[in-house]
Amino acid sequence: MSNAAIPTSAAAKEESASALSFYGIWLIAAAALVVLPLIFSSGGSLTSFSLIGIAIIFALSYNILLGQTGLLSFGHAVQYGLGGFLAVHAMNAVASHNWPIPLPVIPLVGGIGGMAFALLVGWVMTKRAGTVFAMISLGIGELVASSSLILRSVFGGESGITTDRTSLMPLFGWTFGPQIQVYYLIAFWVMISAIAMYALTRTPLGRICNAVRDNPERVEFIGYDPHVVRYLAYMFAGFFAGIAGGLTAINFEIANSAYLGATQSGLVLFSAFIGGTAYFFGPILGAILVTYLQLGLTNVTSVWQLYFGIIFIAIVMFAPGGIAGILMKHRPLIRAGTLRFVIPSYLVAAIPTLALALGIILTIETVARFSGGDAINLFGIPFAATAPTTWVTAAVLLVGGFLVARITWRRIAEAWDRAATVARDRGYLA
Amino acid sequence: MTAAIQVNAVEKSFGNVQIIRDLNLSVAKGERHAIIGPNGAGKSTTFNLISGHIKPTSGEIRLNGEVTSGLRPFEINRRGLSRSFQVTNVFARMTVWENVRCAVLWATGHRYAFWKNVDTLPEVKQRTAQILDEIHLSHRRDVPAGLLTYAEQRELEIGITIAGGASVIMLDEPTAGMSHAETERAVALIRRLTEGRTLVIVEHDMSVVFGLADRISVLVYGHIIASGTPEEIRGNPKVKEAYLGEEVD
Ligand SMILES: Nc1ncnc2c1ncn2[C@@H]1O[C@H](COP(=O)(O)OP(=O)(O)OP(=O)(O)O)[C@@H](O)[C@H]1O
Ligand SMILES: [Mg+2]
Repeated sequence: MSNAAIPTSAAAKEESASALSFYGIWLIAAAALVVLPLIFSSGGSLTSFSLIGIAIIFALSYNILLGQTGLLSFGHAVQYGLGGFLAVHAMNAVASHNWPIPLPVIPLVGGIGGMAFALLVGWVMTKRAGTVFAMISLGIGELVASSSLILRSVFGGESGITTDRTSLMPLFGWTFGPQIQVYYLIAFWVMISAIAMYALTRTPLGRICNAVRDNPERVEFIGYDPHVVRYLAYMFAGFFAGIAGGLTAINFEIANSAYLGATQSGLVLFSAFIGGTAYFFGPILGAILVTYLQLGLTNVTSVWQLYFGIIFIAIVMFAPGGIAGILMKHRPLIRAGTLRFVIPSYLVAAIPTLALALGIILTIETVARFSGGDAINLFGIPFAATAPTTWVTAAVLLVGGFLVARITWRRIAEAWDRAATVARDRGYLA
Repeated sequence: MTAAIQVNAVEKSFGNVQIIRDLNLSVAKGERHAIIGPNGAGKSTTFNLISGHIKPTSGEIRLNGEVTSGLRPFEINRRGLSRSFQVTNVFARMTVWENVRCAVLWATGHRYAFWKNVDTLPEVKQRTAQILDEIHLSHRRDVPAGLLTYAEQRELEIGITIAGGASVIMLDEPTAGMSHAETERAVALIRRLTEGRTLVIVEHDMSVVFGLADRISVLVYGHIIASGTPEEIRGNPKVKEAYLGEEVD
């Protein structure tokens, strides 16, 4: 270890440099979490940051399954929701018995709840991967969501179960009444969970998860039972999903059956996929974007789910690696110094692509509001859904934007080829 | 001395087609044993049976005296048998280094550990580096296995197979599709890596077989028609008739 401090060779220097940048990233992330609410201190942004933080943990936990182990789950909200319910019950029990347990410990209870459920059903679920696992996860999700409405004593029926986060013992004078204190509690768990989940990928189990994802058959011939590997991954995913659920319960002071449902399961799949499952940080980007869009879009349009659908389809078709995949594609170009070949083509393409996007938005909103609703407000410009001028504008943007954009997209492809060829010549690209 | 591999009266049918008929095979410890036979004779099926990939319809298989028929592949692997595949079967999205390292982890006792940093396990690192060195892929360590050339993938296939340090190694046509020079290199590699271990190899190249093997078994229509030293096999009229024809003269 002491040699690492005194780099003697180029390799050692490189190693310690990469270690430095590695810890640097985590430190910057922690600093950003601390400073963020000082810069954007309005109540609205605090609420948003809190939700984004929870979404990050949830999406990362989902990626233990999808990105790391190759398990496509349609019911990940079950562990999240159960973690939330257990956290609410724990908070109420702690408060009524006056146990000396402070609020920041509660998410751990949620995590244990999520993991316990995974322990219970996981062995049967993870026997097979692929479609079988996906279908069972869907079934379990529906099962738990519907029984939550029947078992009123545990889940509180339609209205859910409420709690009061300030009724627990204060910690260092913090009651966790104000949103800022809840934000820091969430931020603390985001850091802990993200570091833990990253560390998990660097363990023997984490590496074998990747092997199971790539080739479960071969794994059996290097000594491992892929079933056990999937089961363990499922439990860890359940644990961190439960933490996210516990934080949600603290944040809203309620747990209800919506936490467990298919919408929630779909949203986390969506976040992980849009962000990109092949890289650890992908789901973080996805969670930020999706939560932000969700919060923003619900206020301006009634058909926000339609936009989610379009984004999802666009990513599946044009960038199956998600945002992280797009970003990482540029890494060899940056190293080879050929990024400047492609940047101009991006800038040129941005204009018609934006026009196309506006055309799509205007068309959707016109259709959605044709038989009533508020006037369309497209970045400050008002449009009436029933006016022919609006239809013409939409059509021009849509068709014109598409035709021009197509040409500029081809330009991007050409610029890419040139940049990649040079990068390949310089040995930065396989 | 108990045999490394003992196959007793094994039969295997797929549906109502019998592929393996009354298979008897004995491989002594430390022996290099080649299995030859025409296409579709059941050589790979025999490998699948011994390694636990498929279960025999009847009969018994023993590894170092212990009955292993009915065990799962990972259970057999943990008892010291490792095999390669005729069709390259690696972890395509993981790097060469990761491929070999995964194959080292169980054998070095790290199993399902989720509390150890895999990058700082000295014996894992050392063994992975050594195997990469032996299969001549050190310079390709950070390349995803799916992007390797065909010959490189075949070498990685061997590397993964031997990485766990199994005492019985089974290689299914390791040189298939290789050029003459690549074959020579691969054979030298196999000879070196299996020093002091038991080797069972399926191979179509007769010069490789006769150069490498201590004993040879000839499989025809799922049945071993002859088993013996290279000289005995060369002189066996049944073998000449059934398989070798003019190839060996
Ligand atoms: N899972 C299976 N289901 C049905 N038939 C199978 C199966 N596996 C192998 N067979 C059949 O068993 C026979 C023997 O196949 P096997 O792959 O063992 O031959 P081989 O001796 O390895 O041939 P080659 O030299 O071409 O590799 C073939 O006719 C094959 O079609
Ligand atoms: Mg074969």
